[in-house]
Amino acid sequence: MGSLDTFVQQVFNGLVLGSLYALIALGYTMVYGIVNLINFAHGDVLMMGALTALSAIALAQGLAPGIPGWVLMLVGMLAAIPVCVLLSLVIERVAYRPLRNAPRLAPLITAIGVSILLQTLAMIIWGRNHLTFPQLLSPEPITIGPATATVTKLLVIALSAIIMVALLLLVQYSRLGRAMRATAENARVAALMGVNPNAVIAATFAIGAALAAVAGVMYASLYSVAHFYMGFIPGLKAFTAAVLGGIGNIPGAMLGGVLLGLIEALGAGYIDQISDGVFGSNYQDVFAFIVLCVVLILRPSGLLGERVADRA
Amino acid sequence: MSSAPQSTQTQPRSALRATAVVALVLLVLPLVAQWLGPAWVRTLAFAALYVMLALGLNIVVGFAGLLDLGYIAFYAVGAYTFALLASPHLTENFPRIAQAFPGGLHVPIWASIPLGAAIAAGFGVLLGAPVLKLRGDYLAIVTLGFGDIIRIFLNNLNEPINLTNGPQGITLIDPVRIGQLRFDHAVSVLGGQLTSLQLYYYLFTALALICILVCVRLQDSRIGRAWMAIREDEIAAKAMGINVRNIKLLAFGLGATFGGVSGSMFAAFQGFVSPESFSLMESVIVLSMIVLGGLGHIPGVILGAVMLSVFPEFLRHTVGPLQMQLFGRIVIDTEVLRMLLYGVALVIIMLYRPKGLWPAPQHGIAPPAEPASAVQPQADA
Amino acid sequence: MAREPVLNVHGLSKRFGGLQALQEVRICIERQQIYGLIGPNGAGKTTFFNVLTGLVRPDSGTFELNGHTYEPTSVHRVAAAGIARTFQNIRLFPDMTALENVMVGRHVRTHCGALASVLRTRAVRTEEEQIRRRSRELLEYVGIGRLGHLQARTLSYGDQRRLEIARALATDPKLLALDEPAAGMNATEKLDLRRLLERIRSDGITLLLIEHDVKLVMGLCDQVTVLDEGRIIKEGSPAQVQHDPVVIEAYLGRANAPK
Repeated sequence: MGSLDTFVQQVFNGLVLGSLYALIALGYTMVYGIVNLINFAHGDVLMMGALTALSAIALAQGLAPGIPGWVLMLVGMLAAIPVCVLLSLVIERVAYRPLRNAPRLAPLITAIGVSILLQTLAMIIWGRNHLTFPQLLSPEPITIGPATATVTKLLVIALSAIIMVALLLLVQYSRLGRAMRATAENARVAALMGVNPNAVIAATFAIGAALAAVAGVMYASLYSVAHFYMGFIPGLKAFTAAVLGGIGNIPGAMLGGVLLGLIEALGAGYIDQISDGVFGSNYQDVFAFIVLCVVLILRPSGLLGERVADRA
Repeated sequence: MSSAPQSTQTQPRSALRATAVVALVLLVLPLVAQWLGPAWVRTLAFAALYVMLALGLNIVVGFAGLLDLGYIAFYAVGAYTFALLASPHLTENFPRIAQAFPGGLHVPIWASIPLGAAIAAGFGVLLGAPVLKLRGDYLAIVTLGFGDIIRIFLNNLNEPINLTNGPQGITLIDPVRIGQLRFDHAVSVLGGQLTSLQLYYYLFTALALICILVCVRLQDSRIGRAWMAIREDEIAAKAMGINVRNIKLLAFGLGATFGGVSGSMFAAFQGFVSPESFSLMESVIVLSMIVLGGLGHIPGVILGAVMLSVFPEFLRHTVGPLQMQLFGRIVIDTEVLRMLLYGVALVIIMLYRPKGLWPAPQHGIAPPAEPASAVQPQADA
Repeated sequence: MAREPVLNVHGLSKRFGGLQALQEVRICIERQQIYGLIGPNGAGKTTFFNVLTGLVRPDSGTFELNGHTYEPTSVHRVAAAGIARTFQNIRLFPDMTALENVMVGRHVRTHCGALASVLRTRAVRTEEEQIRRRSRELLEYVGIGRLGHLQARTLSYGDQRRLEIARALATDPKLLALDEPAAGMNATEKLDLRRLLERIRSDGITLLLIEHDVKLVMGLCDQVTVLDEGRIIKEGSPAQVQHDPVVIEAYLGRANAPK
């Protein structure tokens, strides 16, 4: 039964990874849906969240040495979220809003610039070395059937699920959610109906940033490391997930995230076996990229997106 | 642009004079720089290399309008090709090759440069073919991914066969050799001495000038107009019979060729290559150069490349000591400062001068139309 | 004397989801005719154009261009085959000069490639000279000869329309397909346009127009096809079509049809 056990374990790993990708992908997809922009700097917002949490946790530990791990994690998240939200609001206002009507490539190039600036900011504040993110929750393995998990991994899945449900409810049933959907479909008409597009767009960025902050803290906890460049790879993969699910489509981002996590975990595991360790986990990152290319070339609208006609 | 030939015809003497001045400056520059310090000559040599890279990326982004964020991959391919053909790596790791080349593998530059360029161009076509039909932002992300994939492969292809030597890279790469002249030694010339760095500077500048010539000729040609048409309105371009896919591929392949040539020269110059030198940041740096200078405008691109390769060096020599004076220690390390510069350049330029510091001069603007009731101008007989 | 058809279309149909945009459309355009395609909004005229020029793939239908089978599969092959078009919402190359716009039109009939251009061979220099000369001639021909050096986006609306025609002519078409060339023009401009189109026809090119201006169509076209909801409801000379009750009903609605 060995290979079934491995399979279940890989599926579990994939779910953990996929939950994170889903959270991050939501930020990309919501922003793209509403202003047609790939927020290149989104991964770096995640990075800032993780590093801010790290500092907050260190500070809290210094002030009150006996605090239990889960409180520290809460402290980290509560510190990361406002910082990321504020950061993304500033970025939107200063770098993206003035270019809303500029030719397509301009905001993308600016976003790249913002990404670099965030990384430099992080380098100045936290230095260039890889910093250790503390093990806050018990590292004891928990057996669930044939798979082994830890509290942190279970938390990732649970927290992501709760957040995603909350977001779906928000978007579907709240006033803000309606305003977001309206602006995404047709900003001008939405404005005529009394929706303030700037406020809605700002709110969209803010929500995405909050999700990225949470994802950042969990990512750093999972891998026990945080550094200025940590946002790049998860950012790229989460974007792939968003495209896979159908860019602009919120349930799509969730589906895409989970799917990508599964593909990566299973793919890396099996390729490793098939090639006798030649193409091992080093090439894990390549999978996401292959998925991206395949989706964009064969079905650019993604799994849940509408068929996009790009003819005149 | 379309009136350029006229002006050189009507004012040949002033154009000739300008060319002579520029030529003189370029010739004398490394001698002046040497007096300031050999590090400056190295900076000039790299500036010339970056000019080539920027011109290559300009063909892709500026002329054809395709945002390629993985451009550095072609630089890497060129560099590694040269490295493999002119270093002990292959002979040390593959006994068959060692047998075939008992004196070591030292492919001369007249073969290794074209090979590096051709293989880079091949990669360009291979990578470009499936993705060039994608929309602007998607194309950017996919090319970004390609660039990083190349780096991952370079980092990991040391098993099962050691092709790239992984993170350690390939060392002991031959310097450039033209006839008996080896570029890694100083050379006596007209009673004086030219250092190795100065020799490389002259070589790279000559190559850069050739690149400039190629770009200028392409810009004013049938192909150049087709690129511009695609950039402005792809559908109208297709309707006018332009084979958009092939022409885009041509841009991509040509850009890759420039990258490949620069990469080969980098490998020879540096003497070793490793995957670290070919990160996303390098692609972004070249992009910043053309955005800052003036996307699509050859003089602007050259300006941007020179500015963004010289200025950080200048900063290193001034800001470092300045920080020591003011704060007693280095608060912002020069590497970080360099990155900061590129980030700021991109954002500020896009917000305030999106056409760059030296954009193409505006074409003539038509006067406002006559009111409809006035007499219509007769069509010229 | 039988005039051989330039364009022969049979059984053209296209469905977009629930909408049958074109149904069994036939058209036969003879050499040097000025052919009008009219109909109320949404009749399928632009869809027909888009199918003809490869922008939309039809569900069924055959095409013959000058007697040879014509398959509008790739947009870029359409111009090479001999059909050039203008667009309803002018699609010039806005930042290029007027002259450069027309020069792009010559692309399909010229061949110098990248290598030759870099080496600036004699063939390249000759070809460039020819391209430039022909483009200037075409600008003169449509009446904007003095505006060649100006940026296309800054030209007046009427001049932009002329420029688009000049650019299309640069491809040496057998059939010039114009999508609402008179839209937004005043009476004087329309008169000039009419003269230009008649001149183009007498110089050997066949024209196909979509137009809403009934007066222009009646005065200019030799033959007219009327589309309504994807189907042909009348074909014939302008005089025949103008008074046909079915046509009038399509445009004005049943209540207004003459008894």
